[in-house]
Amino acid sequence: MVWINTNVSVKAADAAPNRWDVVALPLVIGLLALLAIGGHQMALPLTSVEEVPVTLDPWMLPEYALRSTLRMLAAMAASLLFTFTYATLAAKSRRAGMLLIPVLDVLQSVPVLGYISFTVVFFLGLFPGSVLGAECAAIFAIFTSQAWNMAFSFYQSLRTVPRDLDEAATGFGFSGWQRFWTLEAPYAAPGLVWNMMMSMSGGWFFVVASEAITVGDHTITLPGIGSYLAKAIDGQRLDAVGWAVLAMLLVILAYDQLLFRPLVAWADKFRVELTGAQEVPESWLLTLFQRTRFFRAVFAPFDRMLGRLVWLRLPVGGASRGAAGGLQAVGGLLDRVPARAVDMVWYLLLAVAGLWAGWSMIAFVSSGVDWGDVGTVLLLGGATLLRVIVLIAVATLVWVPLGVLIGLRPRLAEKVQPAAQFLAAFPANLLFPVAVVAIVRFDLNPDVWLSPLMILGTQWYILFNVIAGATAFPGDLKEAAANFRIRGWQWWRDVMLPGVFPYYVTGAVTASGGSWNASIVAEAVNWGDTRLTAHGLGSYIAQATEAGDYPRIVLGIAVMSLFVILFNRLLWRPLYAFAERRLRLA
Amino acid sequence: MLNTRNTTIFELSGVRQAYAKPSGQDYVVLDNVDLTLRDGEIVGLLGRSGSGKSTLLRIVAGLVKPTGGSVRHHGEAVAGPTDGVAMVFQTFALFPWLTVWENVMAGLKAKGVPAREAEARTEEAIDLIGLSGFESAYPKELSGGMRQRVGFARALVVHPEILLMDEPFSALDVLTAETLRTDLLDLWMERRLPIKSILMVTHNIEEAVLMCDRILVFSSNPGRVAAEIRVDIAHPRNRLDPQFRAMVDDIYGRMTARKPLVASSAATKRPPAHAVPLEHVSTNLLAGLLETLASPAYHGKADLPHLAGALQHEIDDLFPIAETLQMLGLAEVAEGDIHLTEPGRLFAESGLDDRKRLFAEHLIRYVPLAAHIHGLLKEPATQHVPSSRIRAELMPFMSEGYAEETLKAVTNWARYAELFTYDDETETFAFEDAD
Repeated sequence: MVWINTNVSVKAADAAPNRWDVVALPLVIGLLALLAIGGHQMALPLTSVEEVPVTLDPWMLPEYALRSTLRMLAAMAASLLFTFTYATLAAKSRRAGMLLIPVLDVLQSVPVLGYISFTVVFFLGLFPGSVLGAECAAIFAIFTSQAWNMAFSFYQSLRTVPRDLDEAATGFGFSGWQRFWTLEAPYAAPGLVWNMMMSMSGGWFFVVASEAITVGDHTITLPGIGSYLAKAIDGQRLDAVGWAVLAMLLVILAYDQLLFRPLVAWADKFRVELTGAQEVPESWLLTLFQRTRFFRAVFAPFDRMLGRLVWLRLPVGGASRGAAGGLQAVGGLLDRVPARAVDMVWYLLLAVAGLWAGWSMIAFVSSGVDWGDVGTVLLLGGATLLRVIVLIAVATLVWVPLGVLIGLRPRLAEKVQPAAQFLAAFPANLLFPVAVVAIVRFDLNPDVWLSPLMILGTQWYILFNVIAGATAFPGDLKEAAANFRIRGWQWWRDVMLPGVFPYYVTGAVTASGGSWNASIVAEAVNWGDTRLTAHGLGSYIAQATEAGDYPRIVLGIAVMSLFVILFNRLLWRPLYAFAERRLRLA
Repeated sequence: MLNTRNTTIFELSGVRQAYAKPSGQDYVVLDNVDLTLRDGEIVGLLGRSGSGKSTLLRIVAGLVKPTGGSVRHHGEAVAGPTDGVAMVFQTFALFPWLTVWENVMAGLKAKGVPAREAEARTEEAIDLIGLSGFESAYPKELSGGMRQRVGFARALVVHPEILLMDEPFSALDVLTAETLRTDLLDLWMERRLPIKSILMVTHNIEEAVLMCDRILVFSSNPGRVAAEIRVDIAHPRNRLDPQFRAMVDDIYGRMTARKPLVASSAATKRPPAHAVPLEHVSTNLLAGLLETLASPAYHGKADLPHLAGALQHEIDDLFPIAETLQMLGLAEVAEGDIHLTEPGRLFAESGLDDRKRLFAEHLIRYVPLAAHIHGLLKEPATQHVPSSRIRAELMPFMSEGYAEETLKAVTNWARYAELFTYDDETETFAFEDAD
C-alpha cells in the first residue's frame, strides 16, 4: 500500500518566520519553565517514589508489553481529544488561530525528551506518593510526541473543506455538531489517520524512553518494555535486550495489523476525490468485520447509537454542551467583537504575555546559569546540528538511490515498503545497547560513533517516502525517458530526482526532526557502569536532567527548539515551497 | 398552462455585493440587482462567468449576505440560511462518505424529521428521480449523471419552496445533460415536484431558452441585469423551432452588443488604459477560430449560435475568444455575428513567422498593457521589469484574481509574439536574449 501524506505540518504555515513566532517561542518555553518552577516546589517534600520492581524474566514480557501498549493507547486517546478541540478552535476562530497555530508550530519543534523531567516532577506532585503520577507523566510524554502533527493535519483539513460541501451543509441547515461529525471530521479523516500512524510510529520511541527515567534523586520505573530494557542495560544483559527487541517487534506487528490496517482501509471511504482510487488499501481484519454476519450483528447497535449521536440537533453556539458546538461558540465569541480596535487589544495582550513569559524564562535560567554557559550551549548546539546535517546527508546518499531502484520495481516495492514503515516505527533506542557494546569493545571515539544512533530509527522515513515517490512516478514519463534514451546521470538529474524530490523532502523533514529528539538519548548512553558521552546539546540536556538542574534543562530546550525552528524555516520550508512550485506532477 | 404567477415568493431589490479592497476602492460583484420570483415559474440567470449570477443565487439561499439592498422572502427580511430553499450544485457536492440513501436523507436528519417519515420521503424522492436500485451505492461508484440525480433527490426531499440550481448540467456530457433536463422538465410540467419555483444559473443560452419562463441576462464587471426576457414558447420546446432559434439569436445579439467594457460605475478614478482586465485566451484558440472563420465553410463571417453549435462550445468558451479577437482588431463581433477583419484574414493565411509579426504589431497597438511593459523594457537603463511592479499598477483597479489573469494573458500573448518573455524564477519580464 502506498499512501502518502499530504498534510505535513511543515507546509502548514507560510515559509517565512513571522512575528507570531516571536511571541509563540517565549510563550511555549516560558510556560515550560513555569511548569518546572511549580513542579519543582511541589515535588520538594517528596522523598521517594513508589518503586515498582521490574524483573528480567522473559515470561513477564507479555504483561510489560501490554502495559506499554495501554500507555500508547491512552496517549492516542488524549491526542485525539486534543486534536478535536485545539484544532477546531484554531480553525473556527481567526483570533484564536492567530495564537494557537504558531504555538503549535513551536511545540512540535520542542524536543519531547527535554521536558520529560519537568512533567515527571509535575505529575508526581499532582498525585503524591502514587504511581499514577508517573504513569501520567509517561503518557503525557507520549502524548506530546503524537498530538502536534495530528492537530496540524486536522486544522489543515478544516480550513480546506471543499466550498460546495460546506455550502450544502449550510443550505440544508446542519447544526454545528452535525456539521462537525458529518462533514468536517469525515473530510479530515484520511489525513488524520495517516498522521495518527506516523505519530504512533514515532511514539514507541518515547514509550521506551519515558518508562524508566531518572530526574535528580527520583528514579521512576513503570512496568513496561522500556523499563525492562533499562534494567537489562543496568545488568549488562544482552540476552534480555534481545527479548525486549522481540517483544517490541511483535507488539508493533500486532498494532499494525489489528489497529492501523483496518483504520486506514476504513478511512479510505472518506477520501473526497470522486474518482475511484487506483489502489484501495485493504485490511483482512476490516474485511472480516464487514463480511461476518456475527460481527455485524454485534456492532449494529453501536452503529445505530453513533448514528443517532451524530445527528443530534445540538444548537450552534449558545449554551451548547457539544464539543464542536461549544468550540464554535467560543470561537464565535472571540470573533464576534468588532474588528480593528479589539484586534489591537488582542495583539497587545499576546505581546505582553509573550514578553512576560520570555522574561520569566530568562529570570529562571539566569538564576542557575551564568551567561558564559549560554555560549557553551550554543556551541554544543552547533555540534549536534553538524551531526544532524551530516547524518541526513549520508542517509540521503544511501537511501535515495536505493529507494528509487526499489520503487521502480513494483514487486520489490510491495515487499520492502511495509518493512521500511515497520522499521520507522521500531524504537531504535532498543538497539542502542548493542551499539554501545560494540563501541566499548573496539574502543571507538564516542563523538563520532554515537552519532549514527541519532538517525538509526528515523532514516527509514527517507527510504519509504522515496519508494513511494518512485512508485508514483508517472509511467508515461518513464516511457518518454526510455524512448529518448535518457540514461545515466542525466536520467537521475532530469527525470527521477525531480520526480521523487517532494516525497524526499517529506521524509527528510520527519527524519531530521526525529534526529534532534533522538540526540537527547543517543549522545549519552549507558551500559551497566560504562558511560559513553558525545559532545552535543543532546547530552547536555540529558546530563542536566539526570542532575535535576532545571535552569540548565530550560536553557538546553530553548536553544534546541531555536535550532530546530531555524533549521526548519531556513532549510526545509524553502525546499518544500520549491517542490510545491516547480516539481509538482499535476 | 402554468399561469398562476401571482404569489411573490422572493423579492430582491437594489442588491449590491462588493468586497472592500486594501486600496480603498470596492470591488463590485453585483450592482443594483432587482429580482422577483413568483409561484409556478422557472427563472434563469444567464451570463458569463464573473457576472455575479452564482453570487446572486447564494444570496437567495442565504449563504451570502449582500452588502446592500434588501432580500425579502414572503415579505420578511432574510437573515442566515433561508428556509424553504434547496440547492443543486454544479459539482454535485455529495458527501463522498455517505451512500445515496444517506446523502438524500441528510437534509431531513439535519432538520430532525422523525425517522419513519424521513425514510418514507427519502424513498419517495429516490423513486421520483429515478434512482431506485442505487440506494446503497457510494457517489464514487456512480456516473456523473447519476450523481446529479442524487443531487436533485437530496434537494427535493426536503420539499423546498424553491429549487436553486447552480449550473446543474454543465459538468455533464451533452447527452446526459439533455436527459436530465428533459426528465426534470417533465416532472415539473406534470407538477410532480414538491416545489413552487425554480431559480437556475446557467451560461448556456439554449438551456435557458429550453427551460425558463423568464431569463435575466447579466452583464459583467460589475454584474447587472442587462435585460429581462420572457419566454412564451409552449412546452415541450423544440430547439429547431424557428421561434426558439429566433430567441436564441436575439439573446446572442444582446450579449454581444457593443458596449463599453467597464460600465462607468461609481468609480471616481478612471483607470489608465493599461489597467484594464484581460481574459487569458490561448493563442491556439485565437488562431483556431481565425482559421475556422477563414475556411470555405464560413468565408470570413459566421453566426455565433451556429458557430457555437458546430464547435460544441458554450458561450463561456466562445465569447472570450471572439471578444479577444475583436480587441486585437482581428475580427468584428456585433449582433450575434462575427466576421474577420482584413488583418484577421491575413493572419489566417500567413505562415508562423508572419503571424507572429502581425500579432506583435496588434498587441502593441491594441493592448495597452503589452505596449506599457514593452515601453518600460525599451528604456535604456532597464534590463527587466518585475511582475510585482505591474501587479501593483493593476491592483487598484481590479481584484487580485483578475490581476493574475491579466498578467497571465499578457505574458502568454507576448511570448507567442516574441515581444518579450517572462522568467518564473526571478518573476520578471525581459527581452529574449538576442543570441
